[in-house]
Amino acid sequence: MPTSSIDTYQFDNGLTLLVEQMPWLESAAVTFLVPAGCQRDPATQPGLAKLTAEMLQRGCGDLQSRQLEQAMDQLGLARSTAVTNYHTRLSAAMPATRLPAALSIYADLLQRPLLPATQLEDGRMVCIQELLAMQDDLSQKLMEQLRIRQYPDPYSRSAHGTLETLQEISINDVQEFYTQNFTPQQTIISIAGNVDSQQASQSVEQLFGHWSGHETTQIQTTPPPDGHHHIEQESNQTQIGIVFPSVPYSHPDYFQSRGAVGVLSDGMSSRLFSEVREKRGLCYTVFAMCHTIREQGCVLTYAGTTTERAQETLDVLLTELVRLGDGILPAELDRLKTKIKSGLIMQQESSNSRASSIAADWHLLGKVRTTSELSLILDDLSCDSINHYLANNRPNNFRVVTLGQDALDTSAATTPDATSTNSGAL
Amino acid sequence: MNDQSGVQSNIEFKRHTLSNGLEFVAECNPDALSTGLAFFVRTGARDESAELSGVSHFLEHMCFKGTPTRSAEDVNRELDEMGSQSNAFTSQEQTVYFCSVLPEHQLSALNLLSDIMRPTLRQSDFDTEKQVILEEIAKYDDQPPYGGHDAALVKHFKSHPLGNSVLGTTQSVSALTQPQMLEYFHRQYSANNLTLAMAGNIDFDRIIEQLEADCSDWTHHDVGRDIDRYSTNPDTDEITNIQKDGAHQQYIIQIVDGPSATDTDRSAGQLMSTIFGDDNNSRLFWDLIDTGKAEYAVLESQEYQGSGIFLGYLCCPPENQQTLLDRYCQLTAELHETGVTQQELDTAQAKVCSHIVLRGERPANRMFNVGSNWIQRGLYETTRESIERIEAVTLRDIQKVLDKYPLSPATTVATGPETEQH
Repeated sequence: MPTSSIDTYQFDNGLTLLVEQMPWLESAAVTFLVPAGCQRDPATQPGLAKLTAEMLQRGCGDLQSRQLEQAMDQLGLARSTAVTNYHTRLSAAMPATRLPAALSIYADLLQRPLLPATQLEDGRMVCIQELLAMQDDLSQKLMEQLRIRQYPDPYSRSAHGTLETLQEISINDVQEFYTQNFTPQQTIISIAGNVDSQQASQSVEQLFGHWSGHETTQIQTTPPPDGHHHIEQESNQTQIGIVFPSVPYSHPDYFQSRGAVGVLSDGMSSRLFSEVREKRGLCYTVFAMCHTIREQGCVLTYAGTTTERAQETLDVLLTELVRLGDGILPAELDRLKTKIKSGLIMQQESSNSRASSIAADWHLLGKVRTTSELSLILDDLSCDSINHYLANNRPNNFRVVTLGQDALDTSAATTPDATSTNSGAL
Repeated sequence: MNDQSGVQSNIEFKRHTLSNGLEFVAECNPDALSTGLAFFVRTGARDESAELSGVSHFLEHMCFKGTPTRSAEDVNRELDEMGSQSNAFTSQEQTVYFCSVLPEHQLSALNLLSDIMRPTLRQSDFDTEKQVILEEIAKYDDQPPYGGHDAALVKHFKSHPLGNSVLGTTQSVSALTQPQMLEYFHRQYSANNLTLAMAGNIDFDRIIEQLEADCSDWTHHDVGRDIDRYSTNPDTDEITNIQKDGAHQQYIIQIVDGPSATDTDRSAGQLMSTIFGDDNNSRLFWDLIDTGKAEYAVLESQEYQGSGIFLGYLCCPPENQQTLLDRYCQLTAELHETGVTQQELDTAQAKVCSHIVLRGERPANRMFNVGSNWIQRGLYETTRESIERIEAVTLRDIQKVLDKYPLSPATTVATGPETEQH
């Protein structure tokens, strides 16, 4: 595995810069995680973070909206902007020589956006279009509902907002949200690729060192609603989601849980793929994944299947989740380890995935794991350690959300076998 | 774009052909961290008759269900044991089986991939997998504009096989039999209709050795495909509306003729569609997306052997369908009247070239590029040559594309909750 070093720079204004030098690449990538996610939306204004992120891209510094996009295209920036629960996330990949010019543009975008009042209506319409589009994306709709059943508000929120609240947001609201939340405190900039770490840190210090702002306020939470949930929807398939609690990324047992879920879902020889799709032909898509926020973790399970086979699919899914508690086999773990290690090496071919990965590490852990460190953690995972974890943390406390024509019988998810008073490792 | 030349000094293109016609093309890069390998089969929806609709894609699934020496479980388990990232896809004219592995696993990966190119196609597996295919069709049918897309291709290509659906329909797949698939397999998976494409860190000599050992007994015969140009632009923009219960947004698909995979004006076509209809900083973007008039509005070029199309995708609330279409037509008319500016062309070239460089870093992406270029065009192109091809396009070339391929009138299909024509 090529060796890469990761340097961390902490600036006086609270900003963190992470740099991973990957001299074998031609590209560089940068990710900005600004603590302006939708969890910061005021309770009466869901959608405000999203609309602010939309307005942010409508000109900055000396550049009007079109000039900004033009400048980014001239640099060949393959870019994206997204609002997640915690962050407004901006990222770009580019030929490495373009990095200084790109950083300069993003410095203006984050610190000197124009937020032009004249474009508020256009920005609002863009957000409304995205909200409407979501309604035709059934699996995303389901996954959002699953999060709502698992995490406390506001950690369970999605960024879309509602038609009513989006209509009401004023340019003053946007400006205020920007001032409160676009601050260097807790902002993470990560750079990966064919870059010089020292030069990158000097550029960032020069461009972002004078950025000032308050620390964001503490979040108040309310617990999630209890029980299972069905959403009626005219569709061919019933979307089935099951969530159960697990440990967050920062927990010492995280990789035990990740290993167990990997056996369940990573690869074509995984249990869910074999049992649900290969042997029974019940669905085309089926998976389980560890999901984590900073404070909590869970396992999300998904399958989409036609209405008449939905009950059987749910029952098989639950059987497999419960069976996981009995433990995994050495051969299953060996395959998983090879697969994850291979993926880690292939990640070294992409500056974009490394930039994104180290930023997420810093956010969730307050430190960054190199691929070599991750490799050592994997080496330490054993069948015994995972089975020990599973024996003490059997999958339970399932919450089932379905979306489709008919509600399903969820009693198998609430039998004494499947739920116990032990709420897992949390 | 001089700084995007691509450090290709160690990169070498090599090829080899087996006596049965199976071709092997490789972009060898000894510095690469991984190895990508893929069998490209020159077969897809366009090679199907009406009663076989969906068989290419169904067969793609069946290839993972076992061989004379491996069960389906063996295939899946071995792919995971070598830590591969693997999958397959079927299009109008290709079926591609691919995997990325660390270099030390390349020989076992080749052994497995070549083995599944000669599947058993057992009746019991056929019956179970048919259910998976029907679920896949049901899944996509819940995702508009899936049905609209297929309907637009049929409307545009009429009875020509390029209008065939890749997945087929619930009816056509339900009616398919195992003997039909077996016959199709023997006809289309002739050794000379397959190409092995590799990219990254490759042990070329040992791969040839193994390829000879594993594949030289594959039978071969002539496999034909009619690739004469087929032009079908309609006379009017008349809309076919397909009601989609449960959908919230209205989806509009427009198709007109465009350059084919081998036409020299395909690069100009690609840049024209980037300038007019890229998802960012294009004319459609500034007029329809940035203003929130549409959820999306893009124009893409799609090239086939012998034919090609430009595909326009629009999405908006149902009540805005006609307003959006009217504005889209105005924008295409303006484009044809005034052409594009040098600044627009420069920007599009910078954008496309940068994406070529970024994508070219991964052997997995190079593998697709090398394989696809070889079976569609019979040529190999380095990253640098791709960039030069894009940079060579002039305003005059764009104008010629606009003159040759009018964007209106277009084959138009709309799907969503709206059924009334305005």
